[in-house]
Amino acid sequence: MKLSQAFRMAFKSVLANKLRTALSMLGMLIGVATVIALVSMSEGSSRQVQAQVESLGAANMLQVTITGRGLTTSLSKDEAMEYGDIDNVEGVSPIVNGNAYAKYGTTSESYTVEGITPEYADVRNVSFVEGRYIVDMDLTNYNKVAVIGANVASDLFDTEDPVGKTLLLNGNRYKVVGLLETKGDSLNGSADDKILIPLTTAERLLSSKGVKSIYLKITDTDKSEATQALITAKLAAKFPNSTNAYRVIDQQESMETLGSITQTMTSMMAGIAAISLVVGGIGIMNIMLVSVTERTREIGIRKSLGAKRRDILTQFLIEAVAISGLGGAIGIAIGYVASHIIGVVMDTETAVSFAMVVEAFAFSAGVGVIFGIFPANKAARLRPVDALRHD
Amino acid sequence: MSHNDNEVLIEIEKLVKTYRMGQETVQVLHDVDLTVNKGDFLAIVGPSGSGKSTMMNIIGCLDIPTSGSYKLDGVEVKGLSDNKLAAIRNDKIGFIFQGFQLLPKLTAIENVELPLVYRGLSNKERRKRAAEALRKVGLEERMFHKPSELSGGQQQRVAIARALAGEPPMLLADEPTGALDTRTGQEVLALMEQLHQQGHTIVLITHDMEVAARAERVVRMKDGVLTEDHAERRERREAFAGIQDGI
Repeated sequence: MKLSQAFRMAFKSVLANKLRTALSMLGMLIGVATVIALVSMSEGSSRQVQAQVESLGAANMLQVTITGRGLTTSLSKDEAMEYGDIDNVEGVSPIVNGNAYAKYGTTSESYTVEGITPEYADVRNVSFVEGRYIVDMDLTNYNKVAVIGANVASDLFDTEDPVGKTLLLNGNRYKVVGLLETKGDSLNGSADDKILIPLTTAERLLSSKGVKSIYLKITDTDKSEATQALITAKLAAKFPNSTNAYRVIDQQESMETLGSITQTMTSMMAGIAAISLVVGGIGIMNIMLVSVTERTREIGIRKSLGAKRRDILTQFLIEAVAISGLGGAIGIAIGYVASHIIGVVMDTETAVSFAMVVEAFAFSAGVGVIFGIFPANKAARLRPVDALRHD
Repeated sequence: MSHNDNEVLIEIEKLVKTYRMGQETVQVLHDVDLTVNKGDFLAIVGPSGSGKSTMMNIIGCLDIPTSGSYKLDGVEVKGLSDNKLAAIRNDKIGFIFQGFQLLPKLTAIENVELPLVYRGLSNKERRKRAAEALRKVGLEERMFHKPSELSGGQQQRVAIARALAGEPPMLLADEPTGALDTRTGQEVLALMEQLHQQGHTIVLITHDMEVAARAERVVRMKDGVLTEDHAERRERREAFAGIQDGI
C-alpha cells in the first residue's frame, strides 16, 4: 500500500469521529499550549536579563578585586594602569569604592561612591546625558566634583536639574557636574544609584589609600582565559604568597551562571509541561486502544482482503500521530496567543522562539508515535479469522 | 462449462487441522483431500460444526493447516508467513462473506477498491477497475452510496464486486445467501451462476442443500471428514474414516 493512501485513509477515519478526535487531542493540546506559554515566559525573562547584562558591557569585561593581606592592601593608580599593557586588554578603569552619606537640602541618604578615572566611561560603558564627565584635570587637582546616577538625581533633587548644584558627601561640598544615563538594575546593584567622583578625591573622602578594584575591558572575549592568566600572574608578583589577596572575576562567567539559572528554570517548566504531554499521550493511547477493539471487524475485513501487518500498523500509527500532531499544532497556536496575553497582563517580556515551536510539534508527534505503537501493533497482530468473527 | 481446462487450482492432501482448547486438543479436520480445477463451481455443504468454516478459512488462507498440504494455484500455502498469506489472499482469492463484511463508512466503490488499495494500484486504475466490477453486478448507479443506503441484496452484490475487482482466480463464498431473504438469495445465486458461466472458479460453502444444488459439483462435510459423490472418492473415504455416508 502506498503511504499517501495510508495518510488519506487515516485522516478520513480521524475526521469520521470528530468529537472523539477533539477530546483525545485535548490533553496534547493543553500540554503543548502550557509548554509554549511557560517556556516563552522564562525565555522572555532570560532575554531581558541578558540584554541588561550585555548593556553593561559585561561580556568583554574582567574585574579584579583586591582585598589585601598584610602590608600591601591595594595598588596605586599607576600600578593599576600598568595592567593596560597586558596583551588583549583594551582599557583599564581603576576604582576606589565605598559608601557615603549624600545630602542635598534636607534630604540625606547613603549611596555607593566610586572614585574613578576618565577611562570609566569607556570601560564600563556608562555615558552621561547631561553636563560632563570626570576628566584627568579633576584627578590632578583633587577637584570636588561628582557625576551622579539617575536614581540619585531623582532622590535628592526631585524634579530640579542637578547639574551645577552642590551636594554634601559626608559633609564635604561636591559640585554636581554631570548626570549619568539610566542603566537599570545589574548584577552589582543598580548603576543608577551611584555617585562618581575623581579617584584622587575619593581616596581622601573614603580615607582609603589605593585602588580596590580594577575593571578591564578586553578586545577578544575568546582569549579571555589567557588574559586572565596574565593578570593573575601580575597580581601574584605583587602579592606573593597570598592568593587570597585578589580575585579576578570574569563577567562572562557570572553571565553564564545567571544564564544557567534561567536555563534551569526553563527546563524545569518544560519538564512540568512534558508531564502533561505524557498524560496527553496516554489519553491518545487509551482512545486508540478503544478504537482498535471497536474496529476489530474492520481490521479483519481489511486483512482478509490482503492488508499486511505493516499496512494496518501504518494506518493506526498515522491516526495516532495525526491526532497528537493536530493537538500539538492547535496547542502551539493557543500557547502563542496565551504567551502574548501573559506578557501584556503581567507586564513581562515573553518570547516564542521558532526552535521551541518546532520542538513542541516534534515532541507531540513523537508522543503520538510512542503511544500509538502499542495499539497499532495490537491491531496489526490480530488474526484475520478471529477479527472477522468479532462483532 | 466445467472441466473445460483441467488445470488444477486447489490441491489439498491429507489436510489436518487441530485446535487447542485449554488442555484438550480438538481435531476439526481429518485427512481431507480435495482437488478443484479451474472453472469449477464447487459447493462444500455440511451442518454447523462439521468443520466447513475451518475448511473455508484454510482454503481462504485466513488460517493455516496443522499438517497436510494445500497448494493454491501451484503454491504451497502451508508454512507461509502472515505477510505472504495476505499477499495470496489479495491476489488469488475473492471473498464473499455471509454478513457482507463491507466497511460502513466507505461508499460502495471505495469498498470495492479496498483489495486494489492493498495491491498498491494507482488511484485512477483502482477507480476504473472498481467501477467495472460494480457494472458487472449491475450496481453502477449506486457507486457512491454507503452500505447503509443499500438493500441486503445490493450490499451482497457490492461484496461480490469487491471479490471480483482484483480479478482473482477463485471466488470463495461463505453462506452468501445466509443473510438474505429467499428471493434476493436466488438473485445472488443467479449472479454467481452467471459468473461461473463466464469462467470464474467458485467455491461455495453452505449448510443449505438447496443452495448447494446450484453448484455443479457438491462435496459433503461431516465431523471433519469430506466426502464426494464420485464413486471412487466415496469408497476411499468410507474405508478410511469408517463412517456412514450421508447420501
